[in-house]
Amino acid sequence: MDFHLTREQEMVRKMYREFAETEVKPLAEEIDEEERFPMETVEKMGKLGMMGIYFPKQYGGAGGDVLSYAMCVEELAKVCGTTAVIVSAHTSLCCAPIFEHGTEEQKMKYLPDLLSGKKIGAFGLTEPNAGTDASGQQTTAVLDGDHYVLNGSKCFITNGTVAETFVVFAMTDTKLGNHGISAFIVEKSFPGFSVGKHEKKMGIRGSSTCDLIFEDCIVPKENLLGKEGQGFKIAMMTLDGGRIGIASQALGLGEGAVNEAIKYTQERIQFKKRLSQFQNTQFQLADMHTRMQAAQYLVYAAAMKKQNHEPYSMDAAMAKLFAAEAASDVTRRAVQLFGGYGYTREYPVERMMRDAKITEIYEGTSEVQRMVISSHLGVK
Amino acid sequence: MKIIVCVKQVPDTSGKVAVNPDGTLNRASMAAITNPDDLNAVEAALALKEQTGAEVVVVSMGPPPAEGMLREVIARGADRAVLVSGREFGGSDTYATSQILASAISKIGVESEDIVMCGRQAIDGDTAQVGPQIAEKLGLPQVSYAAEIKKDGDTLTIKRMLEDGYMTIKVKTPCLITCIKELNTPRYMSVDGIFECYSKPYEVFDYNTLKDDPLIDPTTIGLKGSPTNILTSFTPPQKGAGMMLEGADKETCEKLAGILAAKHII
Repeated sequence: MDFHLTREQEMVRKMYREFAETEVKPLAEEIDEEERFPMETVEKMGKLGMMGIYFPKQYGGAGGDVLSYAMCVEELAKVCGTTAVIVSAHTSLCCAPIFEHGTEEQKMKYLPDLLSGKKIGAFGLTEPNAGTDASGQQTTAVLDGDHYVLNGSKCFITNGTVAETFVVFAMTDTKLGNHGISAFIVEKSFPGFSVGKHEKKMGIRGSSTCDLIFEDCIVPKENLLGKEGQGFKIAMMTLDGGRIGIASQALGLGEGAVNEAIKYTQERIQFKKRLSQFQNTQFQLADMHTRMQAAQYLVYAAAMKKQNHEPYSMDAAMAKLFAAEAASDVTRRAVQLFGGYGYTREYPVERMMRDAKITEIYEGTSEVQRMVISSHLGVK
Repeated sequence: MKIIVCVKQVPDTSGKVAVNPDGTLNRASMAAITNPDDLNAVEAALALKEQTGAEVVVVSMGPPPAEGMLREVIARGADRAVLVSGREFGGSDTYATSQILASAISKIGVESEDIVMCGRQAIDGDTAQVGPQIAEKLGLPQVSYAAEIKKDGDTLTIKRMLEDGYMTIKVKTPCLITCIKELNTPRYMSVDGIFECYSKPYEVFDYNTLKDDPLIDPTTIGLKGSPTNILTSFTPPQKGAGMMLEGADKETCEKLAGILAAKHII
């Protein structure tokens, strides 16, 4: 596989890096501390095309490619895991399923505002009793004339309190199991829709995570995404793409921690030597960088396969599995290299460690990724 | 209406400055960036484009790799770019450079409602001479050190920032303006701008393109035509951090006076 970036990809990476350093990094500590959603950053990213990177211009996208999207999430995560997941969830979990499964009318109605960042998108699949087992959906959708009536609730919804457009899953036929699940585009303003409690989290604390509540929520018939019964397939395809985003977030978090650790160990003096002069530090940093470099190859390979419309489900699962575990390991090692200072909020590595943990959990736990990979291997 | 913006690719001098044994800058060992003041000129042009619908043409003199920088300016919102490049132009000082750029700008064409914009100065030479010299060669009125620009019809009201205060000047187009960092904050490249920038018009003006212009006289361009000789270059020693005294109370003022007196400043 050719990992040479095109000149546009090189240029866009440079832009993301400047943006992340200038606009995102200075807010990272504050939004974590205050659990504040960085709306001002989202507005800036929208104007620069970062909320619709790989979608065609005809729908208001920036006309870029999937790898440029992955690099955006990566560069943001190097300095702020929260900002990275805002872009990832919005792009992969809301814009992508509407673009890939929507009718022309649905695309023209919803994508321009989403891709320009005027509206933020979210995805509602997880329920209190349907997490890793997404097929156990209890939210129902009943057709009543020209609309569906949704009842039930969703939990752990990223971007939940700030989003205006949601891709939501509900059972249209409870007897059919997975084949009875359907997908809907739900607007925040639909009657019977409300947002529930905001979760207090260990990491990505600036990101909004909350419950969605549907009480006789009226969703027009034309907002069915795909056909009735296709919801589970749409959800799984969407999560395949989402895993590239989360893998990129994990990648950036690990790389950001390596950068911080290199900088710190070259400054910190103990036993009259810089920490970087100790072989333990050198070996640790060599291992950390190697793990993140391997993660980068897996993430970029998955992104390029998606871009080229090749099967990429297993690649995305491998990228997310490896990058997430590498990020957790590398950020933990970075804290160790910083010693006591690393455990304080004076330095960013403890935040990176807290942020990294979620990448092993959301959009499919590491265990789910192993299930996906082994099923592709035909291992039963 | 058209706004022609001059930009220069320069070595990033924010880190360590490398100097060759002959006293010239070792450009190869330093990262190449777009001259910061030039980006303020680009931003001013793009802001006027949003206000008036003007076409923004960016022009640079430099070796072929400067195309990357010009494409980046297009990715910020410029409409097209011209690279002035040729062996005959190599080694030009500010006098020769301004002649060549003036010739290129004439070729692009300066109409009655057009504006030429430059950064105040480039961070490699720090002369602030090229912009004003281009204006002289083209016979355009010039306003340097622009910290604020307002356009009303064919009249520009420009606030100049000088060392000891501001000066507000009214000027009619066509004219040349040199811009300073206080003028604005340059925008980022946009993702869509980046993915379109290589499909936007891009021209190279070489010696043959410009040779019929009287300004392109072999005795006044390139190294041979440059009257400047560099005697020596060096990295200036770093200044100390200085001392900060905070407060407006009597005690602080007395302390300040004491320090100044001890140094025989007062």
